[in-house]
Amino acid sequence: MTSSLYGPADARGVWVFLEQEEGKLESVSLELLGKGRELADALDCPLTGLLVGYALGDSPARAVACGADEVLVVEHPDLQVYTTEPFTSVVHHLALERKPDVLLLGATPNGRDLAGRLAVRLRTGLTADCTGLTIDPERRLLSGEVVGFGGGIVATILCPEHRPQMATVRPGIFAQPEPDLKRKGEIRALPASLDAADFRVHVLERSVSEEPDLTRAGIVVAVGRGARGDLELAQRLAGLLDAEIGGTRVAADLGWIPRARQIGQTGVVTQPKLVICCGISGAIHFTVGIDKAECVVAINTDPEAPIFEHADYCVTDDMFAVLACLAEQIAGARAVTG
Amino acid sequence: MSEMHTIVCMKVVPMPEEVRVNQETMTLDRANARSIFNPPDMNALEMALQLKQAHGGSISVLSMGPPFFERYLRLALCMGADRAFLLSDRAFGGADTLGTSRTLAAAIEKIGRYELVLCGEESSDGATAQVPPGIAEWLGTPQVTYAIELEVDYWNRRLRARREIKGGHELLLAPLPAVVSVKTGVNEPRFLDWTLRPWAEGQDLVTVWSAEDLGVDLEEVGVKGSATIVGGVGQSASRERRREFITGAPEDEARQILERIGQYLSER
Ligand SMILES: Cc1cc2nc3c(=O)[nH]c(=O)nc-3n(C[C@H](O)[C@H](O)[C@H](O)COP(=O)(O)OP(=O)(O)OC[C@H]3O[C@@H](n4cnc5c(N)ncnc54)[C@H](O)[C@@H]3O)c2cc1C
Ligand SMILES: Nc1ncnc2c1ncn2[C@@H]1O[C@H](COP(=O)(O)O)[C@@H](O)[C@H]1O
Repeated sequence: MTSSLYGPADARGVWVFLEQEEGKLESVSLELLGKGRELADALDCPLTGLLVGYALGDSPARAVACGADEVLVVEHPDLQVYTTEPFTSVVHHLALERKPDVLLLGATPNGRDLAGRLAVRLRTGLTADCTGLTIDPERRLLSGEVVGFGGGIVATILCPEHRPQMATVRPGIFAQPEPDLKRKGEIRALPASLDAADFRVHVLERSVSEEPDLTRAGIVVAVGRGARGDLELAQRLAGLLDAEIGGTRVAADLGWIPRARQIGQTGVVTQPKLVICCGISGAIHFTVGIDKAECVVAINTDPEAPIFEHADYCVTDDMFAVLACLAEQIAGARAVTG
Repeated sequence: MSEMHTIVCMKVVPMPEEVRVNQETMTLDRANARSIFNPPDMNALEMALQLKQAHGGSISVLSMGPPFFERYLRLALCMGADRAFLLSDRAFGGADTLGTSRTLAAAIEKIGRYELVLCGEESSDGATAQVPPGIAEWLGTPQVTYAIELEVDYWNRRLRARREIKGGHELLLAPLPAVVSVKTGVNEPRFLDWTLRPWAEGQDLVTVWSAEDLGVDLEEVGVKGSATIVGGVGQSASRERRREFITGAPEDEARQILERIGQYLSER
């Protein structure tokens, strides 16, 4: 058997790898602190946040406020932007030195890039892109819930003998904790012992913008191919309802909506109170992204469209006609009452 | 020596809609499902073919799986790959990403010189996106994940890659050889060239290697070389919905929808 570098008997503690951009913690990192707190309490062990980077702002303090007992901070100018190998080395060394039992990362592009490499370096198991986490406190085993085959199959994955038990977790699954500014925790600045050989990949340019975060939207108006590139009415309705626009992969592929607004297996999993699906056929790849909505309305001209199996209120009609009436009636009602 | 060699890792997976959970054994029943190339791996192959058009050189396709994968590898040859390697051995079965990446890396080393290893973004049947970084770690090469554009500077032995990151993208410069996973959907995979069919049936084009051929430690591959186990599987329970059909003229439909969703609309 390929053994991990340390075993269950030596392992203790729940770690969360914290991602940040310009000193601001990513929302998935906050979500993991919330969930990590639960796991650490169940295991009766400390929750440690791991921050690697430069110019981290108030991130360490924020991690404490959101549940960390301890924050390990490795700060160095050369770590300002993420690259795989230096980050892998830093986390690998810390893990070998302190032997965490559980190590959680966000399933973001960089979180998954790091986790995949780190897991092999540590010779341990990694459950990727989890949609749920539970712990068995007796056996001290983490089980990660993952969906496969386009969302149709759910499996639980365990890592019984290798440590740390690693998992990447999909953004938007767990709730963000309310920060408690009175919480106490230790912030430990650790030296960065960097190896020049790790710096062989260079980031030449980088462009990030504040993305719409559909995982937190209360109401979503979602469009598919049936919208034929005309989002005016959908946007009008979204404006009236204070909703976010989302859509299918087709809508994103055709450039009607930005990629960050794509819902589904390869997009975001939303959990709004209400989602209105317009001109969407209802492929399982899409519906896994709306399964957590409290209420689903679907408008589709095709009475046989699978989306109706995933909807509370089904309208077999032209989306433009129905959207126009919805917008008109809402605006009209407001004009009367307002 | 002086031509670019790209290795493309491709997996054959069951068609998602045909996989069922056997409720008694709680295992996946994929025996009755038809198979296809993992769609993201077609994007990786297409990327390799485009690089070959620009730089010349050759493409090897590499796959770990049961003997029937061979049929599929010959289809990759019809798309323009030059040769294929199939890693097939009972000892490789049941591997998680640790065991899979170990096996693929061992084969890549045995194949020999290469500039690029291209992978798909993720496989549709379970493990997701962890194999490419795993291969890179075993090989000790740089990695680029979620690549959307790739430019190879063969003579200076480096590549420029644009990759997706949260909320945007970045441009990387990395030395060759490197392992790259290609973002799903970045290109339109080409059709098979059926005129290549007779050539693609050539015996010597597909090499099949066992664990012994690879010379890997049997403890490091397959189930034994894996760290994770499947605790259980189930058909994902789609949430029960009301499925109430609303009919009438558009304005009646709109009115009825509003009556039903009123509770979700905040006052403004
Ligand atoms: C590995 C993989 C991952 C994927 N991931 C995702 C993902 O994350 N998200 C995603 O969305 N998809 C994903 N897909 C694609 C998915 O399988 C579907 O192809 C896609 O969701 C279909 O989009 P659509 O409903 O917009 O288009 P279509 O399937 O073309 O449906 C359009 C619908 O609009 C209706 N329509 C047409 N005109 C009107 C009108 N005037 N009024 C009302 N209705 C009208 C039609 O009846 C039809 O039902 C993935 C696919 C694969 C293979
Ligand atoms: N058994 C395999 N044979 C060949 N390539 C594989 C295999 N498993 C994974 N890969 C490659 O690794 C990529 C990511 O797979 P995964 O990490 O399983 O999501 C795939 O798109 C393939 O390119």
